[in-house]
Amino acid sequence: MGAEPLKRTWKVQVWRRFIIGFVALYLIVPLYSMFDFSTKPFGLQDKGRNLRAWRIIPSQPDLGIAILRSLITAGIVMLLILFMVVPTVIWVQLKLPKLRRPLELLCLLPLAIPAIVIVVGIAPLYRWISINLTESPITLSGVYSMLVLPYTYRSLSAALDAVDIHTLAEAAQTLGASTFRMISGVIMPTIRTGIINGSFIAIALVLGEFTISNILNFKTFQVVIAQIGRSSGSVAVSVSLASILFVLVLLLLVPAHKRREEVLDVDLA
Amino acid sequence: MQLVDLTKHFGKVKALDGLTLDIAQGELVALLGPSGCGKTTALRSLAGLQELDRGQMIVDGKDVTFQNANKRGMGMVFQAYSLFPHLTAGENVEYGLKLRAHKASADKRKHRSTELLEIVGLSTHRNHYPHQLSGGQQQRIALARALAISPKVLLLDEPLSALDAKVRTQLREEIRRIQLELGTTTLFVTHDQEEALSIADRVGVMRNGQLEQIAVPSELYDRPSTAFVAEFVGLTNPIQGKVSAGSIDILGGSLKVLPGSITSGTGIALVRPESIQVESNKSGEARIFSASFLGASCRLMITLSDGTRITAQMPSSESVGLVAGASVNVSVLDLPVFVKAVT
Ligand SMILES: Nc1ncnc2c1ncn2[C@@H]1O[C@H](COP(=O)(O)OP(=O)(O)O)[C@@H](O)[C@H]1O
Ligand SMILES: [Mg+2]
Repeated sequence: MGAEPLKRTWKVQVWRRFIIGFVALYLIVPLYSMFDFSTKPFGLQDKGRNLRAWRIIPSQPDLGIAILRSLITAGIVMLLILFMVVPTVIWVQLKLPKLRRPLELLCLLPLAIPAIVIVVGIAPLYRWISINLTESPITLSGVYSMLVLPYTYRSLSAALDAVDIHTLAEAAQTLGASTFRMISGVIMPTIRTGIINGSFIAIALVLGEFTISNILNFKTFQVVIAQIGRSSGSVAVSVSLASILFVLVLLLLVPAHKRREEVLDVDLA
Repeated sequence: MQLVDLTKHFGKVKALDGLTLDIAQGELVALLGPSGCGKTTALRSLAGLQELDRGQMIVDGKDVTFQNANKRGMGMVFQAYSLFPHLTAGENVEYGLKLRAHKASADKRKHRSTELLEIVGLSTHRNHYPHQLSGGQQQRIALARALAISPKVLLLDEPLSALDAKVRTQLREEIRRIQLELGTTTLFVTHDQEEALSIADRVGVMRNGQLEQIAVPSELYDRPSTAFVAEFVGLTNPIQGKVSAGSIDILGGSLKVLPGSITSGTGIALVRPESIQVESNKSGEARIFSASFLGASCRLMITLSDGTRITAQMPSSESVGLVAGASVNVSVLDLPVFVKAVT
């Protein structure tokens, strides 16, 4: 009798390992190939592998400033999410339940519309902005904060659905909290994991965006990488790899944050 | 505290239909009624979480009808778990104190929360997060949190309904003890009659957004003023009989009818199981259909000679020899009963 489940768990184990291994390969092989390519001998004077492509990254013109711009843009997008999207989503969930579906639809729209279409649509606006206001690429944070809506909305609404925010909101109010303090002091901390997840995904997206910034002629991080790629493939690949790893570290910070919290809870138990 | 003519519609549904209620200082009033009768709506209106169509609420002589929820100073404990998940039990209790206009110092807050955690018997759980507490513990902390702000009125919306039976009876007694200790005016809402009758000074029975009757528990049970109250509170046996001159004839006795009953013709008396007297008798016309032992008391299902079945309840000590199949004589105690019309 005991043999049957035993055999099954054994099989499950094997499958699990197989699938994990497969996914790992799927993720690691391209990364390794990039690394491999970026360290290949370059031209005739090179003997064997070297890190030249990596060493000359810092001396690339425009690269440093482009990274800075993209980071600032990402930072602004994050602030926009925190101070506009999050309160809006909470408010709609709490006070305007009828608007939930329309809001969700609106937030998911950027997924349905190809980036290229969005560019064509907003190009005149950006032309006007660059003529009359500023040419700074940081203005891209406007489109970007729209572009990341599907992802931030999803993680926010999932977090909100997981708790009974109506009761929490009412409890806070009866204890004397104004609407502002109720949202900032109770609801936002309650769904902070969702807010953090949403923000990190947004940052990753902003740092990786190419189509829109390229067509609008803004020299963001990805655009500069593409430029470098045109003159030196191996440098472009090494920069890309570096950026992927950077974003990866960023995304890994999310679960790390969560884990810390859980460890804390267990300690107190 | 006075509630006058509270009325609230949700579309076509009348959730509150002219609810009027006075509560004395330090009193615990329970609102009892079936689900959907407007109990939660009444409490939420009182807490300021819900606007009314009509009506007035006066607390301590002050009209609070249009005051915001966060200014009313009413403590509320909800049916659903409502502790803030990101705060510890202690921080939850202190939350309301932090929001007070003249903010208490950290020391004072800590002192107050310690006091309340002690009152609800959870001082050792100060640093626990809500997800580390059982349902009963969470509701205790919620009670401590509501009491921390020294509320003018404590509002409890079925705070025990999510808990299992044993914790429920234990906690309801504790709520009553704490309420008496602190002398907090309290409105306790429940659909559980035992809960209401056991801890309240007065119980108000609600139906379709209105108060049917409000009285001390024993009066509500012994002298119901409507058929709904008689049938909703406790068990009753519907027994048909003739009404005349303020009395009804049933089971060979003549009982006074309560005010509000029909006054002539044929009516249905609503008789409590404890009022039914059962006597072992070989030539009796009634027969015991089944007997169930409930510990201190014993409940008998009896088939009368005309085939109707009634329930009788008595102390177990008096039920010797009353077993299923036995022939018995049935009579009724001479207590006033409520008589409703035959429908
Ligand atoms: N927010 C609301 N929207 C629409 N109908 C409601 C709302 N709240 C309550 N109701 C209706 O009002 C009636 C009374 O509800 P409620 O006060 O919650 O009853 P109880 O707490 O006694 O079970 C019910 O019929 C319910 O469906
Ligand atoms: Mg209710």
